[in-house]
Amino acid sequence: MQPDDLILRLQQKDEKAFERIYELYSESIFGVIFNIVRDEGASEEILQDVFIKVWDNSESYSPKKGRFFTWLLNIARNAAIDKTRSKAFKNSRKNLSDEYFVDILEQKSSFSSKIDAIGISKYINMLEPICKKVIDLLFFKGFTQKEASEELNMPLGTIKTRNRICINKLREILVE
Amino acid sequence: MELQEYIDSGILELYVYGALTEEESIAVSTFLLQHPEVKEEVEEIERVLRDLGIATAPYNPEALLASLKDKLGNNGAAKVVSMPPPARVDKTSRIIMYLSLAACLALLVGIFSLLQKNNKLRDEIQITQAENAIMETQIEDARNDLEKTQNLLSIIRDKNITKVPLAGQEVAPDAYVSVYWDKENNRAYIDAQGLPEPPQGMVYQVWSLTLDPLTPTSMGLLENFEQDENKVFSLENPNNSQAFGVTLEPAGGSETPTMTQLYTLGVIDA
Repeated sequence: MQPDDLILRLQQKDEKAFERIYELYSESIFGVIFNIVRDEGASEEILQDVFIKVWDNSESYSPKKGRFFTWLLNIARNAAIDKTRSKAFKNSRKNLSDEYFVDILEQKSSFSSKIDAIGISKYINMLEPICKKVIDLLFFKGFTQKEASEELNMPLGTIKTRNRICINKLREILVE
Repeated sequence: MELQEYIDSGILELYVYGALTEEESIAVSTFLLQHPEVKEEVEEIERVLRDLGIATAPYNPEALLASLKDKLGNNGAAKVVSMPPPARVDKTSRIIMYLSLAACLALLVGIFSLLQKNNKLRDEIQITQAENAIMETQIEDARNDLEKTQNLLSIIRDKNITKVPLAGQEVAPDAYVSVYWDKENNRAYIDAQGLPEPPQGMVYQVWSLTLDPLTPTSMGLLENFEQDENKVFSLENPNNSQAFGVTLEPAGGSETPTMTQLYTLGVIDA
């Protein structure tokens, strides 16, 4: 459930509410940022910037426009992508474009509390390659439907239904 | 089950990703308010995605919260800065100060309006350049058209060219074709303006005929009939033709004419 009352209190600059929201969302947002920049130090920096923005601009979120999580995602992905475009960052790391979120899961030895450590990377590897790509572009990289359809050379409508099938698979995996 | 269709369309996943346009997102949000079961689906999708995000996080960043909260504090509190007492300024220097302030303002206004004018002019140049480019291609097209037309006209007027009108036959009584045959250069120009557009997968084929005994020889196909603007086709004709016919054939043409699909026919005046 989206914690609507917490969000409302956040918008009234309630620090306790901010803490709770940080606890609820920071880890997944951290994951999304890390998937883009692939550097723990830089990801921490960006995560802090993102939550400062959340505090400063919380009134610009409106439930009419979408989910609070989506709003966070947008801020985080933009901040992370900005970082990867900075010159200094580009020089320090190369060839990031081909990496998908899946390889993070493969390389990871331990998972934090909320997620079942043993199973997930094994199961996610059972996803079709196209699922991995679609989810990576749309969720982690923040592509629009149109951009993803151009990148993957797939009709717009197919992207939408294919992605739904992929997410359903993921749901089965994560529920187990 | 309209709601199920809506859910299965995959729009809700895109909504949570933030992959929809703002208008689309607002529409989905409104829809969710009216349909709790759809909203439940959105909550589910969001839960999965948050778990997936958590799975790719190197660790839980809870330790960052303390330093983060310090940064918030700095932003929130307004600092009070004491102002130094105003220094005494004599009258003339005050007048000079106001004058220079006014001059600065005037200069700024001037620069600003110049910049604006400059931008506007630049826009206008771009528009004009674009218009010019369009005009140039139009002129070029017109010139090409004219050249083509003049070529056609010179062919039609040439006294060495035999004009053969082909009249519509049973399948297409209203059809007509004119053949301009340049015997010297073994070339025939087929004016097919009077033929209907061929159906999908079919093509017109032109035949040179000798009468007695009736022997048809294919001269070629009227390819890309729909695209051709003036519908004048140039074909080779080295035959000793006594008549010309046009039939409708399957794409690629036929060895012998399909006489039931004979559209036009005309005999050359001896």
